[in-house]
Amino acid sequence: MKSVVKPGVFVLALSPLALLAWQGLNGELSANPIDYITDETGTWTLRFLTLTLAITPFRKITGWSVLARFRRMLGLFAFFYGMLHFTTYVYLDKFFSIDEIVADIAKRPFITVGFAALVLMIPLAATSADRIAKWIGGKRWRLLHRLVYLTALGGVIHYLWLVKADQQRPLAYGAILALLLGYRLWNFLKPRLVRLRLRLNGEASPV
Amino acid sequence: MLIKKPDGVKSSEITPERHYINRREFIRTASLAGIGLTTASFLPEALVGQDRWPRGKKGPYDTDEEVNSFKEITTYNNFYEFGTDKGDPAEYSGRFKPKPWTVRIDGEVKRAATFNLEDLLKPHKLEDRIYRMRCVEGWSMVIPWRGFPLADLIKRVEPTSRAKFVAFETVYRPEEMPGQKSDVLGWPYAEGLRLDEALNPLTILSVGLYGKELPNQNGAPLRLVVPWKYGFKGIKSIVKIRFVEKQPPTTWNLSAPDEYGFYSNVNPDVDHPRWSQKSERRIGEFFKRKTLPFNGYADQVAHLYAGMDLRKYF
Repeated sequence: MKSVVKPGVFVLALSPLALLAWQGLNGELSANPIDYITDETGTWTLRFLTLTLAITPFRKITGWSVLARFRRMLGLFAFFYGMLHFTTYVYLDKFFSIDEIVADIAKRPFITVGFAALVLMIPLAATSADRIAKWIGGKRWRLLHRLVYLTALGGVIHYLWLVKADQQRPLAYGAILALLLGYRLWNFLKPRLVRLRLRLNGEASPV
Repeated sequence: MLIKKPDGVKSSEITPERHYINRREFIRTASLAGIGLTTASFLPEALVGQDRWPRGKKGPYDTDEEVNSFKEITTYNNFYEFGTDKGDPAEYSGRFKPKPWTVRIDGEVKRAATFNLEDLLKPHKLEDRIYRMRCVEGWSMVIPWRGFPLADLIKRVEPTSRAKFVAFETVYRPEEMPGQKSDVLGWPYAEGLRLDEALNPLTILSVGLYGKELPNQNGAPLRLVVPWKYGFKGIKSIVKIRFVEKQPPTTWNLSAPDEYGFYSNVNPDVDHPRWSQKSERRIGEFFKRKTLPFNGYADQVAHLYAGMDLRKYF
């Protein structure tokens, strides 16, 4: 079972790219293919980030611990689509004009924050292999990989700042992200609040 | 039929639509066939000529750049009344009824009236205008509009000396325009021009493109085309034209005043606060091209803004 599911998810995660390729071959990338590809790869980056961040809350709520096996793969796909998104911009939008790209990153807040979000994913992708994770040590590795919270936040802000007027979709991603991060914050705060209350009441902390 | 055949064009001169629509395919095939030949001019004149619209004479206001395909022009639209995605207007405008249609013209005019569209159009001779259209988002097209100069209508209704601006309004029909059910913009959509801009011979009211009546997604049945301004100034599905003394409020300016000015002249030197306006992607082309001041119409319109600080009045 296990040996089928993981490759299955892998193939599924590649399907947005396959669809783009198919649409490209059939001339269905709209009248403005480069904008379309940029939008699609960007949206899929955000979707994979959201999925990655949904694994842990979902696992804890359902007790379905097998889900943890897919977290890293989904995270790497977020990076993969993020790189495709960036490559589209660098190659098809700016034609490798380094001056223009640097100016864009410095001058345009939505590009600054999007670029930062992508850069923050690099150390995570680079340390994703088992051996490297072991070498770093579980605790430090987990701490490092919390950078993904910033990446997701940056991604949502990037989206929010680039739309002209229709903020519905970026706000929807923002709401989902707020839920997923809020769950973590709550899990972090709850035991501390309980302990604090106990201490204030002069009772001994539970052992 | 709102659209009549223009005078002086023999039916034998008109490229059959199927050739016209397929002309890029045709040219591609033709140029592939031409590989190995020294020059494309070797191709028979008649074949090369298929790529023109309309065939024959070029009007004084026409660009001779390659015209975008009917499909490009009618499937890639910003018309938020039907949704905010570029494909939404083509997909969701089917229920919109552009007939019958009336236009109210009032304000500082001697002949204020509500016109049936047919009566509004009757005295005017429709002509084709091949214009560049530059969207504020950084893409552009070349579109063969059919319409008539707004100036001709303005002269007909006789504005008073107090009329300094013209304000336009789009129809409000949320039942037929699903985008109007969301509050992404303030409805009804409103736009405006200074009177001298409205009188400029480049400014037209359009009722068609590609020789046909305007498709719903392009602003049927009556829209404004102001080719030296960003596309959103070209208000669609117009039901009100009002002559006023003061600069009228406009929708995108109300939505984001620091991003969309009243004038919104195409200007490569004034960036949108969030992106550059220096270059644009012509739909159908791979490489970007430089954006021209006033979208390439500086000779005809730059004088309207003499002495104005275009950074301030963006």
